Amino acid sequence: MGRPVAIIGVGQTYHGRRMDVSYPELVREAVMAVFKETGLAPDDIDGVVSGTMPSMMEGIALTHFYFADAMQAAGKPIMKTETCGSTGVSIAHTAYYWVASGVADLVLAVGHEKMNEGNSQATMTTVAEPFYQRYFISGAPGVFSMQSQMWTARYGIPEEKTRDAAAFISVTHHDDAFDNPYAHIKMKVSMDDVKNARIITYPVRLLDVCPNSDGACAVIFASEKMVKKLKLKPAWVKGVGYRGEEYFFGDSDKVVWEAAIQAAKQAYDQAGIKNPRKELDVAEVYNPFTFQEMLFYECFGFCELGESPDLVLKGTFTRKGELPCDPSGGVLCTNPIGATGLIRVAEAALQVTGKAGAHQVPGAKLALAHAMGGVDQFNGIMILGSEL
Amino acid sequence: MTKEFRTIKTEIRLPYELAYGETWTRFFEGLQEKKIYGNTCPKCNRVLVPARAFCPRCFVDMDKWIEVSQEGTLVAWCYTNYKYYGMPTEPPFIGALIRLDGTDVNFLHLIGGIDLSDFDEVRKVVKNGMKLRAVWNEDRKAHIMDIRYFEPV
Repeated sequence: MGRPVAIIGVGQTYHGRRMDVSYPELVREAVMAVFKETGLAPDDIDGVVSGTMPSMMEGIALTHFYFADAMQAAGKPIMKTETCGSTGVSIAHTAYYWVASGVADLVLAVGHEKMNEGNSQATMTTVAEPFYQRYFISGAPGVFSMQSQMWTARYGIPEEKTRDAAAFISVTHHDDAFDNPYAHIKMKVSMDDVKNARIITYPVRLLDVCPNSDGACAVIFASEKMVKKLKLKPAWVKGVGYRGEEYFFGDSDKVVWEAAIQAAKQAYDQAGIKNPRKELDVAEVYNPFTFQEMLFYECFGFCELGESPDLVLKGTFTRKGELPCDPSGGVLCTNPIGATGLIRVAEAALQVTGKAGAHQVPGAKLALAHAMGGVDQFNGIMILGSEL
Repeated sequence: MTKEFRTIKTEIRLPYELAYGETWTRFFEGLQEKKIYGNTCPKCNRVLVPARAFCPRCFVDMDKWIEVSQEGTLVAWCYTNYKYYGMPTEPPFIGALIRLDGTDVNFLHLIGGIDLSDFDEVRKVVKNGMKLRAVWNEDRKAHIMDIRYFEPV
């Protein structure tokens, strides 16, 4: 795995509809927060990695140029990493590899998105080529709904049970978001509200879907030498995993989803994790859609294939359950896409350093962060621990 | 109420002319003739549709062309009932993954030929595993929408 690497500080913006600031000002808000948190200055930083979802979303190409000033990057190596929804975890991986390789001791990773300034689903549609797939995927909800529909059909899970489990996830995550000061949607919803919400892309209804959020997140990755020197509480990177698969949506199985399974396996092997449900204390699973979150539980080995709705309804993955998932309220309540994966990493770091505040999982020592992207093509994992 | 700050409205329009290449020229010209072509990977022997220039798993050139069945089985579907800017297909519509008989991947297209106005009615008709068959447009342009949709057999 190369040299040991730790996260020594995170900064987030207040996510939501942020038309009160320009896009560079939003990026600056997160960057200033992480400098304040760590006491570091731009001169200390060896390199900067940033990213967004596809540039069609921004309406401005090469945003790492546009935001170079906001990221205080003048005179430093700077790189953009872009893998659609999994961008945030890919940014974290890039920063991690820079430090692990020995070429840098302190790297600033910044993810950002202003979803309210562009058009998210029109952008997502441009991820599909115009010869064949573009006419059928109806943005992100269409793809993920087909995947979810295939999943319930594969295991013969009664429609009413998946509906109940999805609604349960929506209700608990919306409740959790009240304890996260940075979360976007803070709204009390009931099981009936979710189950009777308007159909967006069957089986997905309005309250099964994430919002369009504006937000940014900044994270500083450090070498062991700098961790010792700075004496900041570290969240050590215990494992990383990333997998892509074929481009065409119909070419590979999205129920027993190898990209998700193998990305998790790579990270588990590095971290020495054999039984993730027992060994992990908390997970920040990328969950823009309630149904898809359950599929990830299965692919990450949190439970058997087809078993997740039963465990969801038992409360296994709630904040008081055996493996709390998305205690921050998750992507379902906050989704500034280029930042979202990095927010999962930041939240995992906050949990294992005991800094998650009102949504802290007591005593959390080992956490998983995840993001997914493309037309169901990419999955990235980072596992963080309180001990080296 | 805090002060509202100004915004600027802007738009980017860029023209593109994208090459089909030899393989997809042949595939899409096949659609114009009401034929759906796949081809076979010489290494893994999978039949892929649409036909490909190379196998995405074995990375070798595809060889044998075959006209595949216009009937298949429904693997996954999604009833879309929302609209966004530039959406190429008018909602409501049903996007679907269909395993055409004798092929080894799922073909992405639409389900049609049924009343889509009432979702509860759609739910009664559309079932995973049902048989579907291609319905062609009269005016064909060597385009994926030369197939109007797949209808229940």
